[in-house]
Amino acid sequence: MSEAFLQLRNLKTHFPVERGLVFRRRVGTVKAVDGVSLAMAKGEILGLVGESGCGKSTLGRTVLHLVPPTEGVVVLAGRNLTQLGRDELREARADFQMIFQDPYASLNPRMTVFDALTEAMLAHRTIPAPELPARVSALLERVGLSPRCLKKYPHEFSGGQRQRIAIARALAVEPKLIIADEPVSALDVSIQSQIINLLFRLSREMGLTMIFISHDLSVVKHISDRIAVMYLGKIVELGSAADVVERPLHPYTKALVSAVPLPDPRRERQRQRVILPGDPPSPMNPPSGCPFHPRCPQSIEKCSQVVPAFETFRSNHEAACIRLKEIN
Amino acid sequence: MPLLQVENLRTYFHTRNGVVRAVNGVSFAIDKGETLGIVGESGSGKSVAGYSLLGLIPQPPGRIESGRAMFDGVDLLSCPRHALQKIRGKRISMIFQDPMTSLNPYLRIEDQLIEPLLIHDRIDRSVAMEMAMQMLKQVGIQDAATRIQCYPHEFSGGMRQRVMIAMALITRPDLLIADEPTTALDVTVQAQILELIKKMQNDLGMAVILISHDLGVVSGFCDRVLVMYAGRIMESAATDDLFYRPLHPYNQALQKSRPALQSKGAELYTIRGLPPDLSKPIAGCAFAPRCEHANDGCSLNEPELQELEPRHHTSCVRVQKGDLKLK
Repeated sequence: MSEAFLQLRNLKTHFPVERGLVFRRRVGTVKAVDGVSLAMAKGEILGLVGESGCGKSTLGRTVLHLVPPTEGVVVLAGRNLTQLGRDELREARADFQMIFQDPYASLNPRMTVFDALTEAMLAHRTIPAPELPARVSALLERVGLSPRCLKKYPHEFSGGQRQRIAIARALAVEPKLIIADEPVSALDVSIQSQIINLLFRLSREMGLTMIFISHDLSVVKHISDRIAVMYLGKIVELGSAADVVERPLHPYTKALVSAVPLPDPRRERQRQRVILPGDPPSPMNPPSGCPFHPRCPQSIEKCSQVVPAFETFRSNHEAACIRLKEIN
Repeated sequence: MPLLQVENLRTYFHTRNGVVRAVNGVSFAIDKGETLGIVGESGSGKSVAGYSLLGLIPQPPGRIESGRAMFDGVDLLSCPRHALQKIRGKRISMIFQDPMTSLNPYLRIEDQLIEPLLIHDRIDRSVAMEMAMQMLKQVGIQDAATRIQCYPHEFSGGMRQRVMIAMALITRPDLLIADEPTTALDVTVQAQILELIKKMQNDLGMAVILISHDLGVVSGFCDRVLVMYAGRIMESAATDDLFYRPLHPYNQALQKSRPALQSKGAELYTIRGLPPDLSKPIAGCAFAPRCEHANDGCSLNEPELQELEPRHHTSCVRVQKGDLKLK
């Protein structure tokens, strides 16, 4: 895929773990993202799922270079972001924006909505001052807020409305790529659906490419074209949203899908649940071979020795498991 | 006779910005061994209702304005402090949402585990330790003999929640109140913990009140479910009836707005507007301003929960009158 809009090649983000106040010494490395390769087409929505600590948020931040990658390359629209200098990177940031999980923390409480949105606009584009109010109003309408909100402060809004403001701020610079990191996790069920609909509509209308990070498989399935499942810094399965959820290949994805509680008592009673033993291991000290093998119900001896490579099982659906063909 | 009968519970918070009616006239009952789910969005009063029963509401600003909660002949809401202390932690236990903050970081697991036993049962420390070890094994902590000497920070979130469960169940209570016990956990760990609570319930024959915002969690777990909104019960029914034959528009809307694993791509159903401000008096049905079936009558009188079908209650006036059929 040479025409891919966003390309990640063997991306790694490692954090040093240090001890000692005066003589700091390195005692280990947390491999938060450990060799991720991905290609996304323009306008695609990719869902990134995994449990806490699997590195999905760090991956999102690394793509935007909010955290510098330790190794690997990010290419966005033909431009290699990893090679850019500080000023060039700042300029390039107009092309990609982030939406954060907690709308209570991600908006500056001392800035009005107008200030927050114009700050983003002016940081990247030169827009004559008289045009600003009209632009900001248009933006607010786009995310479903009344232009009368312009002079208000974040505390005057509810969580769902704040998330709308955060979305408007991300859109203010007319980005091409949006990374949404758990954008609905802090919201109530009845508000979640409003924000999901909004994000989906906006991405289609504006042709946005989006990485949608979430731990909630049902939300991700609803909004994404493709889903990538992460475990301990690595992508273990990648495929179309329907395939990954309905016909999962990797034992971890299978367990993940079967653990999602369904609001349907009859199906809940009938379904076979794969209960995984234990907790995800520490990314500082990952298991040898396949990172999932200590919890995997289908692991064999070889799993602890060989690092599994990505294998294609059906078109557009691949997973990293050495027993892929055997168990499916 | 039910194990616990709650009647007309009202818990208000007297704040600087007015009186917040967090729980506003809630009545329900739970039988021995039964599993009751309470679902609602944040601010619906589901947790405050649970806390009120065990006297865990900070007073002030909170105040129990009215109500009775009869548990084995004792009114939990009006009984003297020492009587409640005999029941709390012994016959009724509670698990809280956040296992990271509800264990004391300064105490070893063993000391926290045997505390309820030493308080309630006046038994020897060595006997208590033996029981604590047994309990840890039962909740699936391997290598209990060494793990029991650890501090909470040495445990992961799922393990801490197991310790919380062991602590709550070590006195073999008749009723367990679990307030969002899995919300802070990952889905695969959530499945483990729910399975564990179910298993312990079967072993001990206790009743469970599961408070959750997640319809999926209650659907697989509970015999009966209450749906709360703005401090009131909107609907209560056996789990299957609640999901397959909703009798309240709020319950139906809540279910429709969840993205299900099976549907895809289509626009999600949304409930318009926002939950009401509980510090202002609400005329009539609290859900009426957001309800797509509401008419002028809905905002006139305060609706009452009515048994429309056997063991199936709704507070929707239009459904009660029969001029609204859902679905």
